[in-house]
Amino acid sequence: MARMKFLCDADRCIECNACVTACKNEHEVPWGINRRRVVTINDGKPGERSISMACMHCTDAPCAAVCPVNCFYTTADAVVLHSKDLCIGCGYCFYACPFGAPQYPKVGNFGSRGKMDKCTYCAGGPEADGSKEEYEKYGANRLAEGKLPLCAEMCSTKSLLAGDGEIIAQIYKERVMKRGYGSGAWGWKTAYRETIES
Amino acid sequence: MASFGRFIRLALGAWALLVLVTVAPASAQQVNPTASAVKEQQLLQELNRVQGRVSIPDQRSGVLEQPQGREWRDFRNVTLPWIGGIAILGMIAGIVIFYLTVGMVRLEAGRSGRTIVRFNAFERFVHWLTATCFIVLAISGLNITFGRPLLLPLMGLEAFSEWSQWGKYAHNYLSFPFTLGVVLIFLMWIGGNIPNKVDVEWAKRGGGMIGHDHPPAYRFNGGQKMIYWIVVIGGGLVAASGYALMFPFYGTGIQGMQMAQIVHSIVAVLFVAAMIGHIYIGTIGMEGAFEAMGSGEVDVNWAREHHSLWLDEQKARTGPNDGQPQPATAAAE
Repeated sequence: MARMKFLCDADRCIECNACVTACKNEHEVPWGINRRRVVTINDGKPGERSISMACMHCTDAPCAAVCPVNCFYTTADAVVLHSKDLCIGCGYCFYACPFGAPQYPKVGNFGSRGKMDKCTYCAGGPEADGSKEEYEKYGANRLAEGKLPLCAEMCSTKSLLAGDGEIIAQIYKERVMKRGYGSGAWGWKTAYRETIES
Repeated sequence: MASFGRFIRLALGAWALLVLVTVAPASAQQVNPTASAVKEQQLLQELNRVQGRVSIPDQRSGVLEQPQGREWRDFRNVTLPWIGGIAILGMIAGIVIFYLTVGMVRLEAGRSGRTIVRFNAFERFVHWLTATCFIVLAISGLNITFGRPLLLPLMGLEAFSEWSQWGKYAHNYLSFPFTLGVVLIFLMWIGGNIPNKVDVEWAKRGGGMIGHDHPPAYRFNGGQKMIYWIVVIGGGLVAASGYALMFPFYGTGIQGMQMAQIVHSIVAVLFVAAMIGHIYIGTIGMEGAFEAMGSGEVDVNWAREHHSLWLDEQKARTGPNDGQPQPATAAAE
């Protein structure tokens, strides 16, 4: 089985937000929640870079480690998923996450944040693959259909890469070699404790 | 000569042009667009977070990366269970040893059969309001820290999740009456809980816990004053930090909430340990003590042994004829 990862080539990202839109539409993500977003650093200044970020599906995921009810699980593809039936909406994953991935439908309401929602790597949840229940809670399960996450598939500049970590790292390395520069795989060191030498 | 000079200038100009045309594109290719680009590791080292601008309405999602959740995770999964375990189990072990070796603090003079009002109905209501809320809050709070390793394997994922869900609701909603109770306790008993010289003497004699010593005390002795300030300060801290967690992003970011959780949980486990001690001394630890918060009236002999100065005050207030002739006023010493 592959070890699925995301990689955003910041030197290619043009902040078009197609990944954000694709994700919201594909999964009918609730109002107010963005499973993916594009952050622009040094906006308008020389050296500005945009990075598309969602759940990185960390190795030894902090969210899973701190969850008081153990609602997270890791699939054979190393995708970090959770059960909304078990989630109690305590907010602990959201304190532990380095990437701001976990979100709650009712963040402002005391006592009732609601069930946590985050990027599923287009891999649904614990319900039967492709079932109506799975779609309602977690969105589409593209991985079960043999497809990769839609955000990366839709990326207009092929900045956002999704797939087996080794393969996307190889693609990125080749790009860096060919063009002679690269600002690195953002978030990889934090998420996977490794980075791509370039 | 003039034509030769013109030829040289022309030749030089042509050569310069050639150089420009051939070299310039080559040098343009060597421009590194990342030379001035932001670097992830550099940003993380400088600020310990990476933050930028987002075009979606949720501006909080502008924080791209904040790895300090790792330290918080370590606190939550390793440090806190150790602090809590040592504090709570240590307190229970201490009580068990004390109870087995010294035993219940008895009423030395026995019961006189006459009682004196110690806490009125309102005081008892506030105490029990706070106490019942505290017990539910403590159990549901400890469940968040210790439930996953201890209870989940016994209950299974679904049942444990259901129980924790109700625990969370109870924890959040009972925080309001609990906070009210702490505020009322603070206002209601502040008068008798300012530390004074009597407490120094009381502390020097170990509160009279061992042997047959009965250091004098007003309405609240040194130990009770300690409990009072633990409730007021500890309760204030857990309430403030708890509300910061209950209302996310009202004045705090993720880092602020991590800090709030650290304060909340450390104060809470120490608070629980202190309250276990308080419950012990108020029930099986001391004969005649529970009545103070039960019926509100204590035996006069209990008052004489444990709160002699308070009893004197009360007698002075109600008049000497109200009480039976006391065998020995010197019992206070």
